[in-house]
Amino acid sequence: MKLLVVEDDREAAAFLVKGLKESGHTVDHAADGRDGLMLATTERFDAIILDRMLPGMDGLAIVAALRASDNHTPVLILSALDQVDDRVRGLKAGGDDYLTKPYAFSELMARIESLLRRGAGGKTETKLRVGELEIDLLARTVRRGAAEIELLPREFRLLEYLARNAGHVVTRTMLLEQVWDYHFDPQTNVIDVHISRLRQKIDKGFMKPMLHTVRGAGYCLKAA
Amino acid sequence: MLAMLALIYWQTVIYGTRQTDETIDAEITGLAEQYRQRGLAGLVAVINERSNPERGSSMLYLLTDQRQHPLAGNLSRWPDLEVQADGWMRFRLSDDGRRDSSPHIAQATSFVLAGGVQLLVGRDLAENTAFRNRIVTALVSSGALMLLLGLVGGIVLSRRALARIETINRTGDLIMAGEFSRRIPLKGSGDEFDRLAQNLNAMLDQIERLMAGMRQVTDNIAHDLRSPLGRLRSRIEMALIEEPSTERYRDVLQQTIGEADQLLATFTALLDIAEAEAGSPRAKLVPLDLAAFARDLADLYEPVAEEKGLALKIETAAQPIEVRGDRHMLSRAVANLVENALKYTPTGGTVRISVTTDGTMARLAVADDGPGIPPDERERVFDRFYRLEASRTTEGNGLGLSLARAVVRLHGGTITLGGNGPGLVATVSLPLAATAEQFERSMPVNNRR
Repeated sequence: MKLLVVEDDREAAAFLVKGLKESGHTVDHAADGRDGLMLATTERFDAIILDRMLPGMDGLAIVAALRASDNHTPVLILSALDQVDDRVRGLKAGGDDYLTKPYAFSELMARIESLLRRGAGGKTETKLRVGELEIDLLARTVRRGAAEIELLPREFRLLEYLARNAGHVVTRTMLLEQVWDYHFDPQTNVIDVHISRLRQKIDKGFMKPMLHTVRGAGYCLKAA
Repeated sequence: MLAMLALIYWQTVIYGTRQTDETIDAEITGLAEQYRQRGLAGLVAVINERSNPERGSSMLYLLTDQRQHPLAGNLSRWPDLEVQADGWMRFRLSDDGRRDSSPHIAQATSFVLAGGVQLLVGRDLAENTAFRNRIVTALVSSGALMLLLGLVGGIVLSRRALARIETINRTGDLIMAGEFSRRIPLKGSGDEFDRLAQNLNAMLDQIERLMAGMRQVTDNIAHDLRSPLGRLRSRIEMALIEEPSTERYRDVLQQTIGEADQLLATFTALLDIAEAEAGSPRAKLVPLDLAAFARDLADLYEPVAEEKGLALKIETAAQPIEVRGDRHMLSRAVANLVENALKYTPTGGTVRISVTTDGTMARLAVADDGPGIPPDERERVFDRFYRLEASRTTEGNGLGLSLARAVVRLHGGTITLGGNGPGLVATVSLPLAATAEQFERSMPVNNRR
């Protein structure tokens, strides 16, 4: 995938570019807002990682300019804590995402992957299939192979999100935000507990587990 | 003052002049009476009697025949008369040896009687002039005295004022030099200077309290961040001492990232508290159903409770209880209360979340049957980094309750801790939506957006 990083802090940019390249992506870098906007409008990217505070131009202004010219490349906004305002949260609703600095690279990677998938898919499905797991979004039922699995509503939402990102790592923060719509850092292992509940239901009694823990990053639902 | 003195002078002069006029008029009336009754001879007799120097009178008389030869009176010759604008004649009394040698002014009027006899009646103004001079002297000297007294009094007063300002200045210098406990001494007179000093002292007390709080926070930050940094450092050092092993290195790095994340979380919490306390522009207060909000949180934490062998019960009315709040911020605050309850309640216990209304307030209570907090500690646990002795060993940064309180206050509410016999009840009181709007209206504009 081809990514654009717009970040004025040299070290942060180098760190990002290196990490993204090692994850197998092609990366372009712009050090200020004007270059960034020019690159974004003249070339096609699969996703843009954009610092909110840029010399010459506010990151949000770049997004606005892109959208105005009917460019719908997914954008991940990096912002300092005190800049996360309603406008940034609002952008998220439009299919984009934000991350506050300082962030963990694994978190950023997971979110970029998720953005890329959202950009690619976008069709409204009624059924999700991951290996032998089948999720009926209308009937709200789940089967693994022949066995029907009873899930609580919150467990269903959790599994649905994992299935939509099947094969990719989703972080605890992403789960808390996407499944529960909470934006805080729990002091307890609340997400782990939910995952282990879900794991009990979908993996128990089967030879191969589908729901994996990725150390230091998050979780991943994979075909067995 | 000068105007007053001038007025006094003016009044005195007018009075003196008028008195002179009246005296001469009365004299003329008297002489005319004599002349009518006794003729020229009578007049001469009266004049001679009245102008006798032994009488010490200041009146002047001169009666002459038509050739201006003196017939009677105390003037030796007819003076050179000069008629003035006011109808009186004034002339210079020469040094005729009559009284004293200095020339002085006299005021007079003259008549021509039958047979060309001329009469002059006047008054020596020497006394008037002397009186006027005395008045001037008196006025000038009293003026000078008043000026002097005023000056001295002014200097004394302003010096006293300056001395007290100087006291304030000196105290300020001492405080700036580091003696923060110094206060401006009061005179106890209750005047403006004392009130100013009292105000300044109260301000200094307030600043000192805030500074003590700040210092404590800073000390705590330093202490609380030093220990994890120390752990982090020694873990890395240990890894370097041991036999090189990629597996082991990865392990240590992973743990190091975890520690760093904890540190970052602490900083984030500190910044969040500071922001909430400052009246965060990020907070967007919108209608929020507190009952549904509590049910959502209970739903999130229910598996955690079960895992620990605790019962998490939620008690809310079916109908919405509407407050105005920022869901993101409030969820952080309340999640903290729930996490605390789950953390400190021993296995087999119950954590109860309830939402009720009480007058104009909505109350969200998190009650547990754990060890509770002694009453005298219940206020202090809201301080940043303050941790109960019993909880020192458990995980946590000691910021959760500080953040919760800051967030609840931002919403115009209160948060209190109480006993649950046994256990602890944390109660969040928020104004119901209708009341909350009034609160928001009274808030600075930037908090509303």
